[in-house]
This record gives sequence, structure tokens and C-alpha cells, in this order.
Amino acid sequence: MSSSEPLAFRLNGQPVAVPCEDARILLDLLREDLQLTGTKRGCDLGTCGCCTVLLDGRPTLSCLTLGRLCAGRSVDTIEGLTPPQGLSAVQRAFVELGATQCGFCTPGFVVTATALLRDHPNPTREQIVRAISGNLCRCTGYLKIVEAIEAAGGGRTP
Amino acid sequence: MTTAPGAPSYRLLGQRIPYVEGPLKVTGRAEYTDDIRRPGMLVGRLLRSPWPHARIRSIDVRGARALPGVFAVLTGEKYPTPFGVLPITHDETAIAVGKARYIGDIVAAVAAADERTAEAALALVRIDAEPLPEYPDPQTGLSKVAEPIHARGLQGTNIQKEVVQHFGDVDAAFAHAAFTVRVRGTFAGVTHAFTEPMATVAEATPDGRLTVWSATQVPHYLHRSLSEVLGIPMHRIRVIKPEVGGGFGGKSDPLPHEIVCAALAIETGRPVKILFDREDVFYTNHGRHPTQNDVRIALDAEGRILAYDIEAVIDGGAWSSFGTVTTYYNGVLGMGPYRVPNFRYKGRRVYTTKPPSGAMRAHGGTNIRYSIEVALDRLAEEAGIDPFDLRARNALAPNSTTVNEFRITSTSFLACLAAARRASGWDAKHRRLPYGEGVGLGCGFYISGSNSPIHFTPKMPQSTVHLKVDMDGGIAVHSMQADIGQGSNTLLAAIVAEVLGVDLDRVHVQRVDSDVSPIDLGSYSSRVTFMMGNAARAAAEQLKAQLLAAAGALLSVPPDALEVGYERLQRRNDPEQGVSFLDALHRAMEHVGALTASGSYSTRPVGGSFKGARAGTAPAYSFAAYVAQVKVDVDTGEIQPQKIWAAFDCGRPLNRLAVEGQIEGSIHMGLGQVLGETMSYRGARLLNPSLLEYKIPMAQQMPEVEILLVGEDDPEGPFGAKEAGEGPLIATLPAIGNALYDAIGVRFTELPITPDRVLRGLDLRRQEGRPWKGA
Repeated sequence: MSSSEPLAFRLNGQPVAVPCEDARILLDLLREDLQLTGTKRGCDLGTCGCCTVLLDGRPTLSCLTLGRLCAGRSVDTIEGLTPPQGLSAVQRAFVELGATQCGFCTPGFVVTATALLRDHPNPTREQIVRAISGNLCRCTGYLKIVEAIEAAGGGRTP
Repeated sequence: MTTAPGAPSYRLLGQRIPYVEGPLKVTGRAEYTDDIRRPGMLVGRLLRSPWPHARIRSIDVRGARALPGVFAVLTGEKYPTPFGVLPITHDETAIAVGKARYIGDIVAAVAAADERTAEAALALVRIDAEPLPEYPDPQTGLSKVAEPIHARGLQGTNIQKEVVQHFGDVDAAFAHAAFTVRVRGTFAGVTHAFTEPMATVAEATPDGRLTVWSATQVPHYLHRSLSEVLGIPMHRIRVIKPEVGGGFGGKSDPLPHEIVCAALAIETGRPVKILFDREDVFYTNHGRHPTQNDVRIALDAEGRILAYDIEAVIDGGAWSSFGTVTTYYNGVLGMGPYRVPNFRYKGRRVYTTKPPSGAMRAHGGTNIRYSIEVALDRLAEEAGIDPFDLRARNALAPNSTTVNEFRITSTSFLACLAAARRASGWDAKHRRLPYGEGVGLGCGFYISGSNSPIHFTPKMPQSTVHLKVDMDGGIAVHSMQADIGQGSNTLLAAIVAEVLGVDLDRVHVQRVDSDVSPIDLGSYSSRVTFMMGNAARAAAEQLKAQLLAAAGALLSVPPDALEVGYERLQRRNDPEQGVSFLDALHRAMEHVGALTASGSYSTRPVGGSFKGARAGTAPAYSFAAYVAQVKVDVDTGEIQPQKIWAAFDCGRPLNRLAVEGQIEGSIHMGLGQVLGETMSYRGARLLNPSLLEYKIPMAQQMPEVEILLVGEDDPEGPFGAKEAGEGPLIATLPAIGNALYDAIGVRFTELPITPDRVLRGLDLRRQEGRPWKGA
């Protein structure tokens, strides 16, 4: 597929077709072209996990993903994982248990945690820690993040 | 929790209060600077020096200017006014003038229609530069050098600041000591590694005004610096702080790119955004100083500290930044949590041709603490005293004065020691765990806000808070305190709600905006809870008085017969008799409209009158005692911290969720420094400017943490509170270092303690034939 054809994929459940140069990175496409600024840019190098989105349901670093690779596939961002009113169970747990401080890494963690809980509705601590090993947080020391994911998983969201 | 019997209890304060902006953050709806888009916005880009030290003969920007899509190209001459966070050390310029001083120094800037054009323009800038000698090692800079990095270096050297202090008689004390010890510590530089890269958006409008949105911890100092360098009066500049994705000190200096962004906006008449990539962040640094310290401690036969004799050489990098303060702190923050009757300190901060060092969480108090606590651990062993007993024997007393005239008010340090000892099971573990496992004690002491504001002219309070409540019953709170994730907005709202007895939901903390926010000096020196908290309380008390007067009129009783209940004002003796908050409010508003109040907090003068006496003075201090338990793989040198018991005195914790979050985050950052993080240089070249090569701990590497909050109410803190933002980091490092000694019998005085250093330490011990715990 060449740059001249629009890129067609499912974005947050809706079909979209947008211009996308071959070298356009998914993160730029989302943040700059589609104004989906909930996905954060922390390093551009796949090291921090702030830009995590779901590609066909799997946590994926949008800063290392070419937009064109998403053709015909499904991309979910933090905006798409947020209910129209209120918060998801994971989001509620993050708020209530103090799992977010500066909040910049938070969308990435929420996306990762959402995918984990879809695969493992009741994850162990080890599964949680492994799942978030690609996401860096400098504020919380991760402890309250693990606690929040555990609570959301166990249906113990306050 | 050990709030003293009889201490008041509060409806909200002391609970676990979720952060007010949490729902925006977990949904990606919180607005950070890079999320701001303005119509017609240009991309600003910076050209950075490839030379560690060079004289810039000329810069040819004609090619860059001629490129279609380029709107402005700037070099240093246009805005040469020096600036810096401390008024006494203005040695930075927005863009290098005449000289580049480190790899990464900004030498030119462009504003262009898009990123690609901006990058292409930078590639067309031609610089004629003469390389000068590089000075990566602070030791070299202690004597005269061929080409001083700054003309203001001390007598032809690269020394930026020298501090010499002597209290009591240190030599006499050492002459009479029963035990003495010397620890020479070497500390690699570490950096903040917040997740949000710096970003600034600026827009100059035809009404002669300039608006700057920036990821800053200290909007007020940025406001001042913009005015000074750009030559625009402060009232025509509006500084707005969006959400900030972490700071830890790294966003507390006014930074050159913020001024450059504003200058580009003025030049082009268009909005301009400068967004850092991760390399920019690393080169901008302002992290903890690479440090060498030399600590001698003298003890008498009963285990009482007689004297400290401290020297420190700290690597400042290319600019002064907060460095004058850092130089003092590396000595004087050794003054607690123990009584030190004789004290000598010589500290020197040296410019080097490397990215600038600056303020990083527990600024100036971390490296010196490590060496002191390791020295005390050695002394305890030599004197045959348990490390806890040694520290308890020397604890600063409440309401005492240190030899350098720090005023100590509340301290629950003894309670910290007792709690950590008990919870960790210390007595059953110390020297009793199997080889390769160990426990260690480290303690901490930190300022609860710097007593001296950085700018003391004109005289103004450290913090001011404005409140406005209109007939809707919503309370708008304005203050320039800067929430960077620590939860200060939440605390501000909670204090107001507590005093007025209203639901937290009524209180809306407004975004920091210099057009409407009264000045608070921002988030640094762990000052916000103490200072903003007192200002918020003062403002809310004024509103409360107005509401009580109105309720009194409605109930036909004197206001002092009334008290605040939940969402109502009621008779003290008969709480059934009362009026709702809204009824009282509407009565109070008759004929005057919206109620407003302004509260402020100023520190009272404390400390001595000698030169440098203000450094380290604070209205209160935090105290800590941590025990770390570690396990060492003696074959690979790998260290696994297993648990940390963190006993902390922050006075009364006002938001337990936030206090725990600060302690857990501090431990994470402290573990990073003690076990792995390094700003790694070859000569003056930074080798690891990415989060791939500069590794911060991942979730797997966090040990279990047990938090023990044992503080009693501070007499001057808001509702008895003291700081919990920075102090909790400090004790982490020596607790780990001393636990390693207990585990494998090796003293580590070079940080970080990486596996290769562990193996080298084990080899050395074996060569010397000193078995440890039978191994």
C-alpha cells in the first residue's frame, strides 16, 4: 500500500480512513493527526511505555509502530477504553488507590492493565508485575499500581 | 498512627483522599503542555553544541533563514541578559553567547512550519568554533586552569562556590575521641527521569502580551526570568502551568528553552512549541551532583558524637543552577538528626564542561547522609553498640538548637527508631541472618521548606492563597503552588473543605495562571504542604468567619456560639440548631456579592547571623529511620532488596494516600541511585542519554515496603503537618548500604553498588582472608 492511499483501520471501535505517509509512526498519527492526546510521548524509543495502545487487543508501543502496520487492524487507545460516562473498573481502582501521581505514565498503565485483565480476570501479583514490566513510572514505585490492578481484577474496586 | 492523645481529629485531613485530578489522569484527559495546540503553531527546535567547550567565533544562519517554511532563526546575541534560578549567580543565557560550555549547550534555535523543516534548518546553521580544553573532572578545576569555564570561577579556577564553616573545636574533639572513623564516598551523578519530557508553548499577541505554557515546578521564577531576559514587564507576561508529568527538581530552574520558546514566539508573531525528546532531557539534566565526600566522625567512649569533619567536592556541570545552596547543603544537612557539638565543613562546587547539575529530590541531603550513616554503622560496630542504640543516644532533642543555630522544633526521631526496630524484627536479624542476607539501618533528616525564599525583594509571603465563593456554593481556589503529581491540589482543596466543613466536591483548585493566581514560590525544597497549607488555612478561616457571622445573624446568636458542622453552621452547645452552608453563604453575600478571601504564610526569621547561616534553615524538619533487608547472590553480585521498613516523621499526615505515595516513590528513586543509576561519561561526553541505557527500577525490582508514620503534630505546620516529599528518599540509600555490610561484610562507599562492585568487594574480602558469618 502506498502513501497516497488512506490508511483504513478500526480506531476505538469505529472504522477510520486517514492519510498516512509510509514513515508515519502510529504515535504521531494518533497524537498529531487524530488529536488523541491521551496517548503520551515519553521517549520515542520504546523504553517507557507511556505510548502503549492496544493493537488487535495486545499492548503495543505506538512509538515503535508504523501507522501503515495497522491497516485493516484494530487500535484501541485510552480514549477508547474509557466509558462515555464515568470510569472503567481499572480506572476507578487507579483513582481510589492512589495509583496515579503525575499521571503521565498512567494511560499506558491503564491500557496494559486493561489487556491483562481481559486475558486474566483474576491475575496474580507475579502476572501483574510481568505485564507492567514494559511501563516505567517514576512517581509511585509501582506498589499502588500493582495494588490497583489486583483490586480491579479481584472485583474489589472500591 | 500515634497522634498524641488529646490531639484534635479532623473530618477529612488524615484520611486517604484520592487525588482530585485522578479521573482526568486515568482517562488521558489531563492536559500536559505537549497536549496544547494553538492555531498556526510553529515548531521550535534547538541546535545543541557538539563541543564540550568551545569559543564560538561566528554563526552563519543565512542558509537556515532562506529555507522555505522557516520563520525565525535565533542566536545568543539577541537576548544576552544572563539569568539563573539564584539572583546571586546569574551565569546562564537563553542561547550560548560567545562560548559553548557542554555537549548539549544551546547554540541556536529555529521556528519552522513543521518538524522536518526545523530539523533541515538546523542542519544548515554553520558555526565557526574553536574547541577549548574540556574539564570533565571537578578535581582538575580546583586549581588554576588554562581556560576557566566561567570568568566568575574563583581565582582562575573552575570553583563556582566554596564554603568553609567551623563550629566548636573539631580538632580538640578528635584529640579526645574514643573512636574515630573516616568514610570517603564517591557518588555518580543521577537524574530525575520524570516521564514527561520538558515542553513549552509560547504566544505573543498584538496587545503586547506574552503567554507561556510550560512544564515547570516553579511558575513564579520562570515568570521573573522571562521578564528579565526578554525585557518585558512581568504584568505583560502570563505564565500558565498545565499538568506536569513529574519534576523531582528537574523542572525547578527557569530553563533556557522556556525563554527561547518565548523569544521565538515574539520573533515570529506565531505560537511556538518546543518539545524535548528524551536526549534533550538528559542533556538538560540538573540532576544530583556527582560527589566526592570525606567524612570523619569522632565518638566518645559512651557512644556520643563529639564532632563531624566533612569535606565535599561536587561536580556542578556547566551552570550554577541552585549550586550555591547545594554546596552548603552537602555539609549543613548533616546537622540532624543527631546532636553534633563540633562541626567543620569545607565544600566546593566546581564547574565542569558537562550537563549542569542542580536540584534533585532530597537536594544536597542525600550523598552526605549516605557517608554519615555508613560511618555511624562502622562506629557502632567498633564501639560495640547496636546501631539503633547509637543513634538513639545522639538524637536531637525537640525544641533545641544545633551548633550552627538551626532551630529544631518537633522531632519524633526516637519514635521512628523504635518503630523501625520493632517492625523489622531487627534484634533477631542483625548479624544473625545467613551469609548473603542482611539488614541495615539508615536514617534521614530534611528541611520542611526552605526558610528563606530565593527572592527576598520585594518582601512578600512565601505563599498566598485566594478563595472565591459565589452563590452556587462552589469554592474557587487560586494559588501558584505547583502540583507536579505530589497531590498538592488535593491537599489544598482538602484544607479548605476541612476548615469550612463542606464537601470536597465544592472546592475547585484552579490551574496555575499568573494572571489570576497569587504568588506561591512553587514546588521545591519540600515547602508546599507546610507553606501553602498554612496559607490555605488562613484564607479559609477568613471565609469561615464571614459565614459564622452570617449564620449568627440568621440564628440571632453571637458568631462565637457557633461552629462548623458538615455542610452547615451550628450552635456549639446544641448542634441541632443551625443553618445550612448555602443559607449562611447567601446571607453573607447580601449586598456584597461573591465572598473572597486571601490568606498567606511567611516564615519567621530563624537561624544565625554568620555568612551562610540561612542555608538549611527551615520552619520544621522531617526525620526518618529505615531498615532494609537484602539478599545478595554472591556468585553474580546481584542484590535483591527484599523489604524496607520506613518509619517517617512528617508530623501529622494530612493525606495518607499521598504520604504513602511519596514514601514509596522516594524509595524507588533512592533504590535507583544506590543500586544502579548512573549518568555515565567518557570525558565530557554523556554516554547514556536514554531510558534504555539509564535504567530506573522496574516493578520487578521494588521490594515490599512497610510504612510507619509516627510523627506527632508539628506546632507550626498546617494541622500539625511537615514535609513528606523529599526526606523519605534519603534513608533508603544508607539502609541498603549497611544491609549489604550485614549480608556479606563488605563496606560500599562508591555508588551505585552494581554487581561488578559487589563481586570486587567479595574478592577483596577473600584475599584479605576475613571470613564473614562463617563464609
